[in-house]
Amino acid sequence: MATSLPSYPRSREVDPAQTMFRILDTALEPSRLRQALHDTRAGAFAAFEGIVRDLNDGRTVLALDYESYAPLAEKEGDRILAEALDRFAVIAVGGAHRTGRLEPGDMAVWVGVVAEHRGPAFDACRFIVDQLKARVPIWKREHYAEGPSAWINPAAGRPS
Amino acid sequence: MKTLRVLYFAMLREQRGLSAETLATAAATAAELYAELRARHHFTLPAESLRAALNEEFAPWTAELRDGDVVAFIPPVSGG
Repeated sequence: MATSLPSYPRSREVDPAQTMFRILDTALEPSRLRQALHDTRAGAFAAFEGIVRDLNDGRTVLALDYESYAPLAEKEGDRILAEALDRFAVIAVGGAHRTGRLEPGDMAVWVGVVAEHRGPAFDACRFIVDQLKARVPIWKREHYAEGPSAWINPAAGRPS
Repeated sequence: MKTLRVLYFAMLREQRGLSAETLATAAATAAELYAELRARHHFTLPAESLRAALNEEFAPWTAELRDGDVVAFIPPVSGG
């Protein structure tokens, strides 16, 4: 049931010194991702970590395949981060999404926000996650104990 | 006729059996190209559920196609 996923060239090299949205095909490292947001003015740091669950719709999940149109995903992710900086009183924002085969317990998405105060940090973090899920060209397919599922289509009423 | 690079993702990639191809077409717009490819390959997704992308950027369906463009059709996304 292994599917070979296409790989696309990175649109740019990963630069941990910059705030940006990245598509990565290796394990997400929250401590490293957070370092890029370090700012001495920050009194608050809020993060969201999306983890692969072992159960969906009552079925046992063995793995998830994530696929992305990486150059466009990174551009759209960057736009979402810029919108968050514009809308909320925050200092820095960052995010990353992993692609490839993930197993239950693996981190699929990470979002981090630093701000002077906790309110805008929480609000911006939620805004970014919600927008990422709705807009960024990333697709997932679940593999259940009884076989692979179709590509998940949130518009068709599946829980996301 | 123009020559385009077309990228396929997720459900479209599986239904086409390819992640990318170079093809010649007379389609003038992204909408015409999707209609042509949908008829040829029996894609199940209607254009209304997709977004078009040209040269690594979202584009309106009415966007005019030019020789050498890279075209992608974006199925409903499900990241996170």
